[in-house]
Amino acid sequence: MIRFILLQNRQGKTRLAKYYIPLEESEKHKVEYEVHRLVVNRDPKFTNFVEFRTHKVIYRRYAGLFFSLCVDITDNELAYLESIHLFVEILDHFFSNVCELDLVFNFHKVYLILDEFILAGELQETSKRAIIERMGELEKQE
Amino acid sequence: MALSGMRGLSVFISDIRNCQNKEQERLRVDKELGNVRTRFKNEKGLTPYEKKKYVWKMLYIYMLGYDVDFGHMEAVSLISAPKYPEKQVGYIVTSSLLNENHDFLRLAINTVRNDIIGRNETFQCLALTLVGNIGGSEFAESLAPDVQKLLISSSCRPLVRKKAALCLLRLFRKNPDVVNVDGWSDRMAQLLDERDFGVLTSSMSLLVALVSSNHEAYWNCLPKCVKVLERLSRNQDIPQEYTYYGIPSPWLQVKTMRALQYFPAIEDPSTRRSLFEVLQRILMGTDVVKNVNKNNASHAVLFEALALVMHLDAEKEMMSQCVALLGKFIAVREPNIRYLGLENMTRMLMVTDVQDIIKRHQAQIITSLKDPDISIRRRALDLLYGMCDVSNAKDIVEELLQYLNTAEFVMREELSLKIAILAEKFAPDLSWYVDVILQLIDKAGDFVSDDIWFRVVQFVTNNEDLQPYAALKAREYLDKPAIHETMVKVSAYILGEYSHLLARRPGCSPKEIFSLIHEKLPAVSTSTIPILLSTYAKILMHTQPPDPELQNQILAIFRKYESCIDAEIQQRAVEYLELSKKGAALMDVLAEMPKFPERQSSLIKKAEDTEADTAEQSAYKLRTQQQNSNALVVTDQPSANGTPPVSHLGLVKVPTMTNVDRNLADQGETELNGTLTVVDPQPPSALSPDVLGDLLGPLAIEGPQPASTQPVHNLGSGIGIAPNAEDALALATVEEQTATVQPIGNIAERFHALCLKDSGILYEDPYIQIGIKADWRAHHGRLVLFLGNKNMAPLVSVQALILPPSHLRMELSLVPEIIPPRAQVQCPLEVVNLRPSRDVAVLDFSYNFGAHLINVKLRLPAILNKFFQPISVSAEEFFPQWRSLSGPPLKLQEVVRGVRPMPLPEMTNLFNSLRLMICPGLDPNANNLVASTTYYSESTRAMLCLVRIETDPADRTQLRMTVASGDPTLTFELKEFIKEQLIIIPTAPTAAAPPGPPQPQPTSPPPPVSDPGALLAGLL
Repeated sequence: MIRFILLQNRQGKTRLAKYYIPLEESEKHKVEYEVHRLVVNRDPKFTNFVEFRTHKVIYRRYAGLFFSLCVDITDNELAYLESIHLFVEILDHFFSNVCELDLVFNFHKVYLILDEFILAGELQETSKRAIIERMGELEKQE
Repeated sequence: MALSGMRGLSVFISDIRNCQNKEQERLRVDKELGNVRTRFKNEKGLTPYEKKKYVWKMLYIYMLGYDVDFGHMEAVSLISAPKYPEKQVGYIVTSSLLNENHDFLRLAINTVRNDIIGRNETFQCLALTLVGNIGGSEFAESLAPDVQKLLISSSCRPLVRKKAALCLLRLFRKNPDVVNVDGWSDRMAQLLDERDFGVLTSSMSLLVALVSSNHEAYWNCLPKCVKVLERLSRNQDIPQEYTYYGIPSPWLQVKTMRALQYFPAIEDPSTRRSLFEVLQRILMGTDVVKNVNKNNASHAVLFEALALVMHLDAEKEMMSQCVALLGKFIAVREPNIRYLGLENMTRMLMVTDVQDIIKRHQAQIITSLKDPDISIRRRALDLLYGMCDVSNAKDIVEELLQYLNTAEFVMREELSLKIAILAEKFAPDLSWYVDVILQLIDKAGDFVSDDIWFRVVQFVTNNEDLQPYAALKAREYLDKPAIHETMVKVSAYILGEYSHLLARRPGCSPKEIFSLIHEKLPAVSTSTIPILLSTYAKILMHTQPPDPELQNQILAIFRKYESCIDAEIQQRAVEYLELSKKGAALMDVLAEMPKFPERQSSLIKKAEDTEADTAEQSAYKLRTQQQNSNALVVTDQPSANGTPPVSHLGLVKVPTMTNVDRNLADQGETELNGTLTVVDPQPPSALSPDVLGDLLGPLAIEGPQPASTQPVHNLGSGIGIAPNAEDALALATVEEQTATVQPIGNIAERFHALCLKDSGILYEDPYIQIGIKADWRAHHGRLVLFLGNKNMAPLVSVQALILPPSHLRMELSLVPEIIPPRAQVQCPLEVVNLRPSRDVAVLDFSYNFGAHLINVKLRLPAILNKFFQPISVSAEEFFPQWRSLSGPPLKLQEVVRGVRPMPLPEMTNLFNSLRLMICPGLDPNANNLVASTTYYSESTRAMLCLVRIETDPADRTQLRMTVASGDPTLTFELKEFIKEQLIIIPTAPTAAAPPGPPQPQPTSPPPPVSDPGALLAGLL
């Protein structure tokens, strides 16, 4: 199960944070700080997995952005690693050539997309088309 | 630049981005928060659009890391907005700002429920998403049925149903009871036929959670999972949009194989065949390709397939394919694959017998221990730790010690702990163990926890052979110019105790040892000084004949610290100074430390306590709880020179007695004490009628069941008992093979304690602990036996046999033959009480540990009083009843002698804890007690029992007891039972009433008196 998802830039600014476990605010800040420190200095030649407390962070870097998923240590690492990529592909499709600024100014859209992609810490939909279509439906209602 | 669609929000975000520094940003944020706060205060003036905008701003500020301590109410209230745009913001912001523990969320439950059961599909989706992401147990209880309905509804779009599936998963994790297993397993199976892959993917996650907690209920899903997997792996009929880089949904494949790992075995041959074909194809057909994403996806599937093969314990051929693959993976350069290779090899160790093949890769694994990536090093460390056994312990520990020099600080503590554990578990000889631990302290003293040096002290103390060696080693380390303080502590301790064993060696005279240690004192902290002082005192004591010069030196030090500000140091200094004036008494006080009782290694415990926290219990862990692990080998076998095995040290040596002997001997002893009536654990035919029946026949107390109990003290001496005890011993040794394992604690005492309470320990020895927990309802009882393996090796050939007396119907659930290392097995035992009897059920328990066969016979505390229900009766209820039960056999009276003297309040407590409720005030004589209870058995049903005890304040060793109930057997049994309780107490003093002829009065009915008060009072 995914415990939380973080999108952070190299400076450690959080662009998106989604928690599927109940954490207090102070704890969230601590987690964000620690995860950033954990992943930001890792060599690109290293694994995409790094232990974090009693869990594991699966992360991937796209330009200056780090996508990190915190999952159970027994979870399938590569499957989660590719789910990050699938999410990025969806964002890329939705914003057509996504960049960090898209995510900054449209953070509320990113939350919407994420809610169509992951729910309760589990993958909900893996079809890019289904999610993009759904976003279209929702935008019409705005 | 993309725009958010809300100008105010975009402007604010731009402002923040344009801030030059953190201070400016904070000012801008504070300004905005002030603005939002005032706007919210005057809510009436806010349009829904504005409200939405401000709530988004709050979320943005929150995301930047600022505390937003207001506006939660506004966010929650937006949920009940009638229009989508506001409602959507309300839902999203609420689920980001709040978590399941917030009170505000409770306010929203009703609105959320209305949205879920309402007709608006978009609202349903929003509500399901919120509940799925942050719903707590309150949501689970009130919403689960509605969510279930949506999931199986044929009129809902897949869009809603996939959300419902995961929402239900969340609710199930919060409270597993919300999914009613009975009706749900068929529904679940139907869901696996789903055409829509979104719904199928979500449902599969739900299934994983369900089967992980109860696979038996979902057997019907197993063939469906195999079908799904087959379809995916053959790429049959998979919509294009669900293939990822040409691979049919790798995520669904992984989830499906995950679900399959929770079923213990696949019995249907055709299902099994299909599954193995699929797995074979995955194992053989996964190639390394250039595209990273495709490669990752296919390997995600491959690694899950490996896990499934390991689980299914497939044919040797497939397993060796797996090992070969993993062997390949741990040698590749690609870091992710190598990492996973190491990780899965570690898992493989836990489930299958591949230790030897894996050992061949040891060199390769050690290279990964030197990898620059800490993630890989950690996996290599875990694998080396897991694969370590006696054969390779020396090499692996050597490698780990070397690695300690270069390991980063975050890993050193774990590494030290692991080295210490391996050294302890697999030491081919104990001197090696001492070497390793001392090296460890020397190299990484800062990371060596106290537990580690405490443990080495324990080992040395408990092993005489080791003491001179350890002392010599400690002496060597002290010679080094700079040593870690922990080394000072451990060396000082060991030399204090054992340096006299070295006295004849050069450089090891007391004086030399003392000055060597004393050199270190100026540099150590206050926590070490007390240890040094103790060492000095011990050296002083061991120096025979006394050396006046050394003595003066040491006493001077004690005097110096006499006024030390640290209380511990001061106390020791003062005490040692005083003691040193005592001459010979010093020898006693400072004698060598006694051996430590054997205890679980706190290190191993520590290592195990770091339990992982996962949403579903991991499949392979569940499995290893069921089966024997081959990975953990314990080398505690006695070594060649006959020194006792390490972890058994510290036991008192009573080599000739088995547990059974001991148990019976205990009884024998108490018999000799003249306080015991024989309670033979064996069913009737055993000793007492034959051996004792004849001897004691004439003295037996009359009653409906003759000769099953005799007050032994009537014999007047222990002579008559001796044959009994010996016979019992002889019998036991013939029946049982000797096991030289000593129980921890007194078995008889434990049994007696359990007679008075419902949970506790029934038996314990160095390998196993048997706990018991009981629950009694009328004539039914449910006991749970907790069989806990205390070791790092499995207990095998575990057998538990219940020998029930004829009045109890007992059914023990299956006891597994193997108790895995450090696991606890629970075995429920159902008891039905058929009729009154004091006979005791016996648990015949045996197991093998290493070369030992251990067999114990344990009395089970399913005794008469457990079927009591204390009841308080009033005078109006008591006296008519008491009168109507006018005499034998329903009412029996007896004068009991040899009672353990106890004050009345203590006796009151004893009765109450036997569930015989003392009713104060019924008897006008303050020296008397009246008790009542209800007894339950199948034959008697609920039966009121009344008891009266008349004590003699002048002689507390005797009393008169009258027992009445509506059933003659019950009356007799209860009378005897109470008698046993009053006279046998496990720690009973030897003194008993002088034997005398029994009072021949049990059968005489009390004179019929009409006045109840007079009736009671006139009796004594």
